[in-house]
Amino acid sequence: MKGSYDIMIVGIGGQGTILASNIIGEACILEGRTVRGAETHGMAQRGGSVESHVRIDGKFGPLIAPGTADLLIGFDLLEGLRYSHFLRPDGKIVLSERLVIPTSVYVQHLAIPSSEELVKQLSRFNLTLIKAEEIAKEAGSVLSSNVVMLGAASHQIPLDESSLIQAVQRLVPKKTIEINTRAFTMGRKVGPGC
Amino acid sequence: MDQRYLLGNEAIALACLESPVGFVSGYPGTPSSEVIEIIVAHPDRSSYVEWSVNEKVAFENALAAAWCGVRSLVTMKHVGLNVAADPLMTSAYTGVTGGFVIMSADDPFAHSSQNEQDSRMYAKFAKIPCLDPSTLQEAHDMVRDAFALSEALGLPVLFRPTTRICHSKSNVTVGPVLPYSGKGEFHKDPRQYVVIPAHTRILHRKLNEKQPAVRKRISESGYNQYHFRGKRAIIASGIAAAYVQEIIPPDVSFMKIGAYPIDEEWLAGFVRKHQEVLVVEELFPVVEEVVREVAGTVTIFGKKSGHAPYEGELSPESVARIMESCGFSPAVHYSSVQPAPDLPPRPPILCAGCMHRPVFYAIKKVFRDGIYPSDIGCYTLGLQLGAVDTTICMGASITVGSGFSHAGEERDIVATIGDSTFLHTGIPGLLNAVYNGANMTLVILDNRTTAMTGHQPNPNTGCTACGGLSPQISLEALCRACGVAHVEVVDPYDLVMLTAALKTAKSFPGVTVVIAKQPCVITARRAGVRRGKYRVDPDTCTGCGTCIKFGCPAIEQRDEKAWINDLCSGCAVCAQLCPAAAIGREVSR
Ligand code: SF4
Ligand code: SF4
Repeated sequence: MKGSYDIMIVGIGGQGTILASNIIGEACILEGRTVRGAETHGMAQRGGSVESHVRIDGKFGPLIAPGTADLLIGFDLLEGLRYSHFLRPDGKIVLSERLVIPTSVYVQHLAIPSSEELVKQLSRFNLTLIKAEEIAKEAGSVLSSNVVMLGAASHQIPLDESSLIQAVQRLVPKKTIEINTRAFTMGRKVGPGC
Repeated sequence: MDQRYLLGNEAIALACLESPVGFVSGYPGTPSSEVIEIIVAHPDRSSYVEWSVNEKVAFENALAAAWCGVRSLVTMKHVGLNVAADPLMTSAYTGVTGGFVIMSADDPFAHSSQNEQDSRMYAKFAKIPCLDPSTLQEAHDMVRDAFALSEALGLPVLFRPTTRICHSKSNVTVGPVLPYSGKGEFHKDPRQYVVIPAHTRILHRKLNEKQPAVRKRISESGYNQYHFRGKRAIIASGIAAAYVQEIIPPDVSFMKIGAYPIDEEWLAGFVRKHQEVLVVEELFPVVEEVVREVAGTVTIFGKKSGHAPYEGELSPESVARIMESCGFSPAVHYSSVQPAPDLPPRPPILCAGCMHRPVFYAIKKVFRDGIYPSDIGCYTLGLQLGAVDTTICMGASITVGSGFSHAGEERDIVATIGDSTFLHTGIPGLLNAVYNGANMTLVILDNRTTAMTGHQPNPNTGCTACGGLSPQISLEALCRACGVAHVEVVDPYDLVMLTAALKTAKSFPGVTVVIAKQPCVITARRAGVRRGKYRVDPDTCTGCGTCIKFGCPAIEQRDEKAWINDLCSGCAVCAQLCPAAAIGREVSR
């Protein structure tokens, strides 16, 4: 039995996957628990596909092995599918409905993937779709989509809601604390398991 | 003592400030860059910090500080150590008085690099100690202690984290940041610091005589440890040790190697208590070779037996497979799973409005059958636009170009290089090309920053690492001083002028230079530049696809027509390309 709860957060460089994983890490510190994480830095941040691994109660390496993640949080439909093999068969996916078509698809005339097809391919998993951008706009800024997603996934995460909220407030820019707290709470209301 | 959730490079930076370090220099390179950025930004920093123009320069500056008794750190990525290899090799001879830590961050799997070299080999080559952390806490503690280790031995210490240390995160216990109050003072001693043959022969002998003390000190450091548990053992180093510890069966002995050189007697004592030993490490078989030397009749598994790979990075599942392949059944079994097939890739891409894109576009138009040597930076992504034919190492666009020219290549040669890379190692190549009469055009992509690694300043930016103003250097004057007769500066957002400048450069013999100048869109946005967005008029758009082929990530295709999304930074280049004049500035109503 592994001793950690393993979360993959995936998306596109610039969407805020790193902030989301930092919030989880910070919440672990608040609860006095060990945690490990790994993330994509450097060139891939220029609009490439990015992944963050977070292992709550992790004591060893930072990487999650394919087929073993407990939860996948995806900020883009295509990226959600790309990393879905990291999940264990009964793992959960909390996924934003957003889909950004990679520019290479247009330039190289590849088949344009549709949201419906992507969702269909994910149907073998326990999947919840979140209108993250709409909710974020309602909360006050579309930039808080990542925190909406975290809120939506938070029932699955074995950390107290209060620690997660405190971590959000510690890590987001001062001016956006209110918006992001609202984003988290609104996300939490629509997430699976509430 | 404080528990914090830190990035590896943050833990390393804090450890330097705890030591405390007095002098820091480096050249940006993934995965090492954040260390200096974090040190610079720390409110309680009292050390001197600089971004140097290249790794050799950074290394020599820090070495001099260490000669003055100042605790010094120099940071770079693994390939940067090649550039700094010249001073590295002889710095072991001269030694240091202040602690000198060389951070060379390795990148197994070449996540963001041109090769997968193993810096541990450099430490062996230079005969200096090497520290190779397996966790972030260890990275922190090693760096904190490395300065004292360097001082005790009078040698530089190589600290070699890998990408999975630098860019991993963990809870880490850190200590208080201390003020650095020392002042450097150089004590003249020509026999130590002037390496003429008569001196260096003696210095080399002394370095060799130091080695037993180095080994002893390393075994006392506690970074190499073992647990004796049975007749079989796994020896692992670096991050691989963390993967092994998660899945090692309870009846298998475990040894972790985190510091080099390894004391052979101590190692032999452990190895010979076992029947079979598996060595797990990334890249070169550095540990395995020593293990094999002392193994006697013990069976050794590893790279040399074909059980573990020489290339790439390891992972929990690959370590499990290696263990299975030589009969060490891991405590956790990973089932093999396949990623969803045939998904369109999403590689990194030049930003919307990046100045590099129109430059590559125009080069391909003007020099249709040309050869395009390029260099290392965001613009290496010009590969996707078919405008990058070679990349080997920093500065080599120019030298490869002149080499092609002298080799008898008759096609036009157009080299591209960024401003930071030009200043790093490009200038000698340009000087050489002019001096030896090459025929080529050099395009300097001048966005006034070191963009790819996170927008660090360079001498062309006008400010230093700590934010102080620095004299604006002129790339144009620099090129002219190298002897280039034709140098033209142009705005790459102006396609007509850009194309004309390239045509003019093409018409002259010898080495010509075009400097395309526009700030990087990310730094421009941070500085508050807002150009306004562009939009496609759907009624005028004929769906010809010209703008889409340009490859800007702000341009999408919707219902057979072009459509511009929120990423648009208003460079206006697509508007100049559209044959139907369907693209214009968005008018707010
Ligand atoms: S970061 Fe700057 S230089 Fe790099 S792709 Fe973006 S705009 Fe271009
Ligand atoms: S103006 Fe055109 S080319 Fe420039 S960023 Fe906007 S969409 Fe891209």
